[in-house]
Amino acid sequence: MPTAGPAGSIRRAVWRLRLVFLFAILAALPYLLSYSQQEIAVLLVINVLLVCSYRLLTLTGEWSLGHVVIMGVGAYASALLAKQFGVPVPLSMLLGGCMAAAIAALLSFPLFRMKGFYFLIGSFAAGEIIRLIWKRFTDPFGGPKGLKRIDPFPNIETGFLSIDFYEPVNYYFLSLVIVSASLFVLYRVERSRIGLTFHAIHWQDRLAESVGVDTFRYRTLAFVIASFFAGIAGGLYAHYVGAVNPTRFSVDQMVYVLVWAVVGGTTTLHGPILGVVVLTVINEIVLRALGLDTARPLIYGAILILSVLYLPNGLESLGPRLRARWRLWRSGPAAGGGELA
Amino acid sequence: MDLLWQTAVNATYAASYMALIAVGLVMIFGVMGVINFAHGELYMLGAYCVVFLYAQETFPFLLAVAAGLVFVGFVGVIMERTMFRPLRDNPLGGLIASIGFLLILQTLAVFGFGRRMGHVPPSTQGKIEMFGAVLTYQRLFVVVAAILLLAALWVFLKRSKFGRALRACAQDAEAASLQGISMNQTARVAMFIGAALAGVAGALTAPLVSPTPYIGHSIIVTAFIIIIVGGVGSLEGAVIAAVIYAFVHTFVTTFFDGVIANIVGLALMLAVLVTRPTGLFGARERA
Repeated sequence: MPTAGPAGSIRRAVWRLRLVFLFAILAALPYLLSYSQQEIAVLLVINVLLVCSYRLLTLTGEWSLGHVVIMGVGAYASALLAKQFGVPVPLSMLLGGCMAAAIAALLSFPLFRMKGFYFLIGSFAAGEIIRLIWKRFTDPFGGPKGLKRIDPFPNIETGFLSIDFYEPVNYYFLSLVIVSASLFVLYRVERSRIGLTFHAIHWQDRLAESVGVDTFRYRTLAFVIASFFAGIAGGLYAHYVGAVNPTRFSVDQMVYVLVWAVVGGTTTLHGPILGVVVLTVINEIVLRALGLDTARPLIYGAILILSVLYLPNGLESLGPRLRARWRLWRSGPAAGGGELA
Repeated sequence: MDLLWQTAVNATYAASYMALIAVGLVMIFGVMGVINFAHGELYMLGAYCVVFLYAQETFPFLLAVAAGLVFVGFVGVIMERTMFRPLRDNPLGGLIASIGFLLILQTLAVFGFGRRMGHVPPSTQGKIEMFGAVLTYQRLFVVVAAILLLAALWVFLKRSKFGRALRACAQDAEAASLQGISMNQTARVAMFIGAALAGVAGALTAPLVSPTPYIGHSIIVTAFIIIIVGGVGSLEGAVIAAVIYAFVHTFVTTFFDGVIANIVGLALMLAVLVTRPTGLFGARERA
């Protein structure tokens, strides 16, 4: 938290500088990548939004297994609105997000009667029902084959500026803008009174209730906001790839989101981002380069087990841990071997 | 009328192997408090034991089934020792670790046997007919084995000293260890039994289902529905819920279609979760 006073303003300036630096790297990045890597970068940016919106829900202490299906609701809604009703694509994405939020609001009535493990299973059941409905009803959802030839994001054609969003580089920048804006909103929500209440519900739900917090309403709020942004991620995905199908939003995909969040850690906003970026780079670039295509799930599984066993607070805890160890080592080499929590 | 009988016979068969799987999952959850997401893959592993020993190496079918039971049981013991024991006070961690283990088992099965369906020839061709319904010996095998195994488990849990210790751990681990019951040993045995039941279910049904490395997915979904409907932590509830679910699912599949049956099953689970989160037969709350 930036504090007032000169030290606070310096810290804030440093923080801003870091942000500018980060965006400079992100802007330069696509020009250093090959075409197929650019395509991966687009999906990675979309997945960042997916996993960060998931984190907002986990702030209240509930872990859902339906988040990817909610993303699918956004994708299907946006695709259908554009295909069948001719809604312009940017608007349809927004409406897709609203649809996802509405479905979440509806699901919150049965789901938030449960907590913990029961919520996990309940969200899985609810999501799976939605997914099976897509699979069963060919009209309008396209059945097991899903929807194809979804309208792409409209190209911008003005006198001096023309942007073709079929190019991954351009779609990358589009997603980057939308995702950054969404992350900013998510950040503000977490830092607001509402976000603090989410934390309170997570750690002390009985206490929060006893001081007059309606935990059901706040849980619903977290679920609805998280689902809105998952829906936006779904819209971005649908109009980029051009096709959606029920398998794309199955529980296997949900497992990946869970893994990103757990491996990255969920106490900070950058934790899940770290998780998705590191694991995607390992998965798509390192393992692919090593030619270990069939072994990829195996290595993913091993990483998952090892990180739960040896890095229970996620990658985000690695930095502070190493820093503390470094400080200890500098202050007295004799104490350097001490174990740090 | 014939169709009705036949569907009932099919449902009985489905209920028996589902009960084996669900009871194993409940055992693991009851003693260790961890949701074993890799349970469907343990079933898959049992099925591949039969693919390997019986279909490829032509050992006798029953021997292959027994080997599947023991082998998968020991895989369970390894899971307990390497993952669930260090993560005992971290249920979410245990769940995540079991997801990791699931991915490893799936990939190993792909390495060993390929992605395609494994074909297992039936071990007998015989069948019995009653009231116009046909029950092949292969399916009868599964029903009889399930009844025998579950009865043996029941006797073990209710009559033997170790079974009593195991139930004590499931009720209150701390109080049980105060009485001198070794938590580690109990967890190991529970994990062996739980995994072995999933493995034997896979081994017995291998000739009937054509296993693939990804078969575990539908199995774990079914098992979750059953243990929720039966009440998490209740072994009797799991058996009764397996029967209910198998009949509902088989009848809806026969008279409508498979996807509708899955939707009905999930809706049943959701309804139980909303109205009676402890399940139809579970008495106590367990967070």
